[in-house]
Amino acid sequence: MHLPLSWLKEFVDIDIAPEEVAERLTVSGLEVGHLRYIGVPQQVIPGIRQPRSDHLVWDRERLVLGAIREVLPHPNADKLVLAMVDYGADTLEQCVTGAPNLREYLGRGPLNPPLWTAFAREGAVVYDGHSDERKLMTLKGKELRGIYNKSMVCSEKELGISDEHEGVILLDPQPTFAAGTPLQDVLGDVILDVELTPNLGHCWSVLGVARELAALLNKPLRQPSYAFVAQGSPIDGQVTVAIEQPELNPRFTLTLLRGTQVKASPQWMQYRLRLVGQRPINNIVDVTNYVTFEIGQPLHAYDYDKLVARAGGKPPALVTRLPHEGEVLQTLDGSRRALGSNQILVADGAGALGLGGIMGGADTEITETTTTVLLEAAAWNFINIRKTQQAQKLFTEAGTRFSRNIHPSRAVLGSSRGIELMRQLGGGQVAAGVVDIYPLPPALVKVALPVSEVRRLLGVDVSVQQVADLLSRASFDVAIDGDTLHVTAPDYRTDISARVVGQADLVEEVARLIGYDRIPSTMIEDIMPPQHTNRVFEFQEAVRDLCVALGMTENISYRFTSVEAEARLVPPGASSSLPAEGYVTMANPIAPEKSVLRHTLLINLLENAASNARFVSRQQVFEIGSVYLRRDAGLPDEPLRLGILLTGKRDEPHWAGSTQAAFDFYDIKGAVEGVLVGLHVAGITLRRGTHTSFHPGRSADVLLNGVYAGTFGELHPLVAQAFRLTGAPVMVAELLLDVVLEAVLPRHGIISLPGTPAVLEDLALVVQEEITGQQVEDVIRKGGGKLLRGVRLFDVYRGGNLPAGTTSLAYALTYQVDDRTLTDDEVAKVREKIIRIAERELGAKLRS
Amino acid sequence: MSRDIAQLQQTALGELTQADSPETLAAWKSRYLGGKGMLKDLMSRIGSIAPDDRKTYGQTVNALKDTLTAAFEAREQAVNSVMLTREIEQGALDITLPARPRPQGRLHPSTRTLRRIYEIWAEMGFQVFLSRDVEDDETNFTLLNFPPDHPARDMQDTFYTTDPNIIMRTHTSPGQIRSMRAYGENGTQPVRVVLPGMCYRFEQITHRSEVQFHQVEGIVVGRNIRMSDLKGTFAEFVRRMFGDKAGLRFRASYFPFTEPSMEIDLECFVCGGQGCRICKHSGWLEIAGSGMIHPNVLRNGGYDPTEWSGFAFGMGPERITLLRHGIEDIRYFWANDQRFLNQF
Repeated sequence: MHLPLSWLKEFVDIDIAPEEVAERLTVSGLEVGHLRYIGVPQQVIPGIRQPRSDHLVWDRERLVLGAIREVLPHPNADKLVLAMVDYGADTLEQCVTGAPNLREYLGRGPLNPPLWTAFAREGAVVYDGHSDERKLMTLKGKELRGIYNKSMVCSEKELGISDEHEGVILLDPQPTFAAGTPLQDVLGDVILDVELTPNLGHCWSVLGVARELAALLNKPLRQPSYAFVAQGSPIDGQVTVAIEQPELNPRFTLTLLRGTQVKASPQWMQYRLRLVGQRPINNIVDVTNYVTFEIGQPLHAYDYDKLVARAGGKPPALVTRLPHEGEVLQTLDGSRRALGSNQILVADGAGALGLGGIMGGADTEITETTTTVLLEAAAWNFINIRKTQQAQKLFTEAGTRFSRNIHPSRAVLGSSRGIELMRQLGGGQVAAGVVDIYPLPPALVKVALPVSEVRRLLGVDVSVQQVADLLSRASFDVAIDGDTLHVTAPDYRTDISARVVGQADLVEEVARLIGYDRIPSTMIEDIMPPQHTNRVFEFQEAVRDLCVALGMTENISYRFTSVEAEARLVPPGASSSLPAEGYVTMANPIAPEKSVLRHTLLINLLENAASNARFVSRQQVFEIGSVYLRRDAGLPDEPLRLGILLTGKRDEPHWAGSTQAAFDFYDIKGAVEGVLVGLHVAGITLRRGTHTSFHPGRSADVLLNGVYAGTFGELHPLVAQAFRLTGAPVMVAELLLDVVLEAVLPRHGIISLPGTPAVLEDLALVVQEEITGQQVEDVIRKGGGKLLRGVRLFDVYRGGNLPAGTTSLAYALTYQVDDRTLTDDEVAKVREKIIRIAERELGAKLRS
Repeated sequence: MSRDIAQLQQTALGELTQADSPETLAAWKSRYLGGKGMLKDLMSRIGSIAPDDRKTYGQTVNALKDTLTAAFEAREQAVNSVMLTREIEQGALDITLPARPRPQGRLHPSTRTLRRIYEIWAEMGFQVFLSRDVEDDETNFTLLNFPPDHPARDMQDTFYTTDPNIIMRTHTSPGQIRSMRAYGENGTQPVRVVLPGMCYRFEQITHRSEVQFHQVEGIVVGRNIRMSDLKGTFAEFVRRMFGDKAGLRFRASYFPFTEPSMEIDLECFVCGGQGCRICKHSGWLEIAGSGMIHPNVLRNGGYDPTEWSGFAFGMGPERITLLRHGIEDIRYFWANDQRFLNQF
């Protein structure tokens, strides 16, 4: 909301700089996002931070109030005139201008009163009115169609007030006006851009913000006048109103103005409306907008005669009601709107007139021929207004205010203020009385506030009297009863509740009035709460650390994906190994490719790898995060997963030589083992991979104590193709971290460090190639017994002089006992036993 | 004879000075001191020496042996030393050639910031409490004092799922309810936790706004928790996170689940509060929303608000990271571009 400081000053005396006003409002919860300066210089206040403004500061000597005493024709140009301007000097300045709004004064001779305008003397800096961009220029003397000219009468655009450049500024005469007064002192202003949180419905107006300011600065508030001159015959019998849904429309008031004239509003009103961002239309409509901004009560004006015509010549009978099935309304913006069942209407016997509290209908709007105005000021249920605005996607100044809970007490103030302003601006006679249907007046909110609550919740040392004084400043009615204050909230404070919540509301009010900066800073004195084990969190962070230590970089991806994207993880014709549960699906996806929550981390890993492949030759990444599995009832399951991806060259190319080999199955196996061993997971077994997204011959399932805990290996080539990852084989893993966590040993023992020397020996066995490495290692360990401490495969060999269909596996064996040095004999016996068992169980032969 | 020995000694020592490599030294040693060397030869001739002279002869040969051995060792050491110096001189590398990279993994910048936040709060007794991403409307809004259809809900654009009342959490605040219920033991025990997690808002993805982002929320519930504690405790955090000189501004605001509510602004650490592009020339950076826990929320967490009180605060790790590193495009965070991640 844009608020001119000049308007605020109508209601409260402000003796501090605009920058300080902005800071005080901001700190008390009415955030001033931006200050727009009109002509006046920015002030630098110590301790207040603000963006530097580069606006035009009006030269006090050269930009002054001018009085046009006469408008004369230009001898050489029909479209130009000569304005004879009095700017306080001895002689009038002859000023050439093309302003269309001066033409009507041609030939009228000397003007009395004069036309008051913004006058720029030679050398003044103003904006170029003819440029589309904001461009400054310095006024210089030059000939305009044969007449020398060195000054200018200015438009709003030329002064940087608005984009208005249709004519020059003409001001309504004021008794205080004197030619030559610096323009800064007349039109200079600062516009505060106030951003209001949803609880501050009572601040959605100039008066509302002025009220806050008055309380903060401890100044009196001046209310606008709500009296109206009613000389016409009574409104009784001229119109009736019925409220069908008091819950949705607790109050409806009407006033009537006869014999008025619809025309342009006076300059001062048009000017103000433009400053707050409203387009002036005509005096009647402008008053509805003006009062909306002034006191926060939206108004709506009807052409009374059109209502009478709709009623067949009888007095209109208005009703506020819910729409009929299939009812349609054409609103003022020209839209034909189908109405939802809760969208309350103002209607008459002939049909809907408007969407209550949001926008009127086209049928009964004010036009230039209107002479009798029926003015509505009502109150509406804020929740219902919000729902209707959202459903209709129709956000108006009226609807915005009503959706912030405007108290019904404001309605009659709005109708009084509005009808009187209309009378003043358009003439006519106001009908005596107000039609006021008010079936549901809300009770005043009373709260008993023990001042001990203020101390308890804020940690400030305040007296009963201090709290009472603060609340009184904000117009609360306060009665002191010992330590307790009996507080009655002003009716417009719809943000104040009763009982315990009301106490909190008042505590906040007190804190705001004290100033948050004056609340002390303390450390918690309360006892330390019981601490709890935090296994999942600690585990998750441990996995992160392990992955980083294993050389991998962490990814964090969108949780959103699409069913189609994940479908690419299944090779054509294969069955899916992704979770069988349904997807958690967005009802309002931001984009089709982000319409569901992921079922697997593989989707993120592969998409990330594909986009990175354009820039890097090797990738080693991991991601830890949930996947989301829909359940038929209740919230989805969110199990944690670990995803790993390795692709590209194992070593970075280096000038001193490096292997050019690509990551393969044994790299991803190392990564997965590194994590599992690092976590001290027990009961690890592997089986050939069953996940269809993986290469069937180059992948393995991890089983932990017999439970499936994920798969690792080479991505299925068809899946790699689907993701355009064809550069190098892609190694991936996805582990079920909840299963892994279950297998983590609560404690693990260590192996003691013997001081005796170990005996090292190599052993190569030739086996049929179907025999796995694991089988060979198992028999070696079986034969080696306790003396065999270490088994490390160091060579796998096929071909050469080996029999076809066989493989040689060479192991480095470590023999050791803790308490003595092994003899050659002992070692030889164990070795023989290993060879014997290997031969018996696997048909292995010692390689000679 | 002794003149011969003296002659030999002179020759040997002379030759030794010419030996300047391990090979020539070894040849010299073999010639004079080796198993078939000249000294061995002199010793073997003792039988041909007159018995009376044998003792003297033996002593003379032994003395020669000692002299040559000592001379050899000295010479060998000198040669080695020269060799080593030469080797060192010749072994100089071009230290400007690129290093051989060590395998190095990196944490995501968000994780790094999250951990820093956990660490500081942990020292003040705040435990991490993990809460779910997909929430019910009740816990995300209603129990946090956002009544259905209340305009306060306009503050958070929500992702709805096709299942009624199931939504993506818009903030970590539902964790307030879940942690109070989990640790509060029906409103009888105090609670002090931080609630990290991913949150989701229905917003267009641009360089400034994202559909998902982390939040870390903290709550304290106790029998004697005051707004002054919130100010003091948060100021401690800020000093640890942003430095001793970081200026703070506390200003009133509105969140349905706290009252009084406040925004916490940090003096811009880029420009020192003078105004720059990062702080949009305001001198301040919004870093946290906070407040005293609303009585309705305390009640929904199981506490009697007339006896218990608490404070809550929430901040965005990506926003902090972005400000600290001058990241101009928030979309970098989830794009996982290696070139971005490798800079942390």
